[in-house]
Amino acid sequence: MLVSTLHATIPDAATFSVCAAVIMGGAVGVITARNSVHAALSLVMTLFGVAVLFIEQQADFLAVVQIIVYAGAIVVLFLFVIMFLGVDRRENVAEEPLRGQRPLALLLVVIALGGVIALGVNAHWATGRHAVAGSTTAGHHPNVYVLGRSVFTTYLFAFEATAALLVIAVVGAVVLARRPRRGPADPEAGEVDEGPDEAAETGGGVAGTPAEAMVGTEPGGEGRG
Amino acid sequence: MSIPGEWYLILAAALFTVGALGLLVRRNVLVMFMCIELMLNAANLTFVTFSRMLGDIGGQVIVFFVLVVAAAEVVVGLGIVVAIFRRRTQTSADDLRQLKG
Repeated sequence: MLVSTLHATIPDAATFSVCAAVIMGGAVGVITARNSVHAALSLVMTLFGVAVLFIEQQADFLAVVQIIVYAGAIVVLFLFVIMFLGVDRRENVAEEPLRGQRPLALLLVVIALGGVIALGVNAHWATGRHAVAGSTTAGHHPNVYVLGRSVFTTYLFAFEATAALLVIAVVGAVVLARRPRRGPADPEAGEVDEGPDEAAETGGGVAGTPAEAMVGTEPGGEGRG
Repeated sequence: MSIPGEWYLILAAALFTVGALGLLVRRNVLVMFMCIELMLNAANLTFVTFSRMLGDIGGQVIVFFVLVVAAAEVVVGLGIVVAIFRRRTQTSADDLRQLKG
């Protein structure tokens, strides 16, 4: 049942093969890159591959939204944060802080993949029920028309709830990223600027260095932000 | 005739697997976030594939909402990352051990 014989035309097969290679290459690049910026760029590669596969499956609107929202907004946000935190440095991927973590993770993931494929082979996907949201092909309307009509009729309430979700997310992000106000009685007043330099001088970032431990024991030092 | 949907499903499962593996083995919080995005994309690809296979637009609507939720999640998550790691030099998840007993 799974992996039915391939009767695709040459362009379709070529598109799928190239996109699959791009997607998997980008995904492997994300998890193996030593530099966070390179990981973000590999993520863009994967997102573009997925967008092309969306077009290949007649989901035109979602492909465009995928490019605009993911590659245009989310990855740029990632890059902003990478640059803002100043962590565009190499990370030692080779060292393994927890012994046996990687083999165990690989084993777990392979078991999960095998389980998903085994379930897919034995599944009966078509339930015979009519589509609640509407058909993709009825009336030969374009994809945007069908999708828009479904979003603004069947899923109108969910659509309006997403507006509230986005507003809450924006307010939450502003509250989280705001610097604490510096008052005269704030013991943290000058220390905010000194903290990173102090840790950087010791060649830093390794948890448990004396400098970082000292910063951690200052009143109100940790967890404020 | 286009590629059968099963191939897309296998590709999506592999993509999800790579994302889950990255989430398990990487220590950098930002890279862990990117791995979550990989898994969300795998789920989106599965939804679109089923939408095509079953001729139901509902799958694509769900992908639309997943995109919105992913955007909100990234905004709040990166806000938390900035708040936590503003005064640190590395964004390693191992540094977050204030609650360790």
